[in-house]
Amino acid sequence: MASEGGLEFHPMDQFVVTPLFGDGPVRWFTPTNVTLWLALVVLATVALLVLGTRGRGIVPNRSQSVAELAYGLVHKMIEDIAGKDGLKYFPHIMTLFMFIVFGNLLGLLPKSFTVTSHIAVTGVLAFAVFFTVTAIGFIKNGVHFLDLFWVRSAPLAIRPVLAVIEVISYFVRPVSHSIRLAGNMIAGHAVIKVFAGFAAIAAVAPISIIAVVGMFAFELLVAFIQAYVFTILTCVYLKDALHPSH
Amino acid sequence: MISLLQEAATTAVEHSEDAVADAAAHGDAAAHGAAEAVGLPQLDITTFGNQIFWLVITLAVLYWVLSKIALPRIAAVISDRQGAITGDLMAAEEFKQKAKEAEAAYDKALADARAEAGKIVAANRAEIQKELDAAIAHADAEIAARAAESEKRIGEIRESAIGDARAVAREVTAELVATFGGSVDQGAVDAAVDNRMKGALQ
Repeated sequence: MASEGGLEFHPMDQFVVTPLFGDGPVRWFTPTNVTLWLALVVLATVALLVLGTRGRGIVPNRSQSVAELAYGLVHKMIEDIAGKDGLKYFPHIMTLFMFIVFGNLLGLLPKSFTVTSHIAVTGVLAFAVFFTVTAIGFIKNGVHFLDLFWVRSAPLAIRPVLAVIEVISYFVRPVSHSIRLAGNMIAGHAVIKVFAGFAAIAAVAPISIIAVVGMFAFELLVAFIQAYVFTILTCVYLKDALHPSH
Repeated sequence: MISLLQEAATTAVEHSEDAVADAAAHGDAAAHGAAEAVGLPQLDITTFGNQIFWLVITLAVLYWVLSKIALPRIAAVISDRQGAITGDLMAAEEFKQKAKEAEAAYDKALADARAEAGKIVAANRAEIQKELDAAIAHADAEIAARAAESEKRIGEIRESAIGDARAVAREVTAELVATFGGSVDQGAVDAAVDNRMKGALQ
């Protein structure tokens, strides 16, 4: 506990899940701050992609341009990485991207709650991707999906070793996939909070504020990049499932 | 691992409950938010069920909105735009073709007009040439006629001049012969005069 009037660092308070109404226990159905910010992510996505495009202009207005930019970004990413047959999963991947990008960006608002900073959330996303992609791989390619682990371009002698490595790396995917996103979000937000805490000392307050501004700009970048990275890795995994041969 | 997490979670919950009580006691709940974190709140697995439940609902709603409304709409707008651009480009190509055709027609008309003008010029020239030739021929004929007439008249004049000169010479000769006391033999005189004049008049 911090003392009154002195330095107070509570960088992790922002991540605490609390009920929206009352002080009761957090049960699985309790509306919490998570619920609120998840709902805001949905609203933000709807605002951009649905309300923003309601003009359906041949010449787009600003919000429609941004919506089309997001659409084009993900669409092109899937097409470039996973190929044309990956476009079947475009709505799923777009859902992931919009969810993460708005989760990250809304988390940068002061007093907000960052849903994508929670392992529970990113873990569900990553494991959903993992299981879906694995299922697609086996459904599309049957046993040939296992070719993914049997590197034919390598000499026969080292193929078993490579297979072990490939299998391990395959199963580590969801872990790295989820922790990368959550870790980036936790670290950035915590660092901002710590810098902000230093503002209590008048002498270092200006530096602290400048640092917070700098970190915030950096975090804006990270928010977008992490959403991009998560999506692009999803596309790569999808590519492996659709075309498992090396 | 799981048991460790659970242990951590229970301690975290206890601590956070302590913290709530503590914060309420100090009256600064607003400053810290409703609860204070002990450890990493991300590892508090008592909240996992709650988060996952709401997350699944969120993703379902988001997926529904995107796949049913947003993405088809954006796809339609983009393909409309593509269609419009393609249509415009094709129309432009058509106009270009038309312009080319118009230019070709213009060029052809110009060439035709030139050829026509050349033809007219040639025809006129030929006509003028013909008239000119006719006029020259006519003039030549007239000149020839006049020349012949003049020739004839000159011949007549010369003939008459010769005749006159011969008569004058005969008379003068006869007169001279008579003056010098000779007897005039008209025949001999004529012969002599003619003989002399043959050389002079030739």
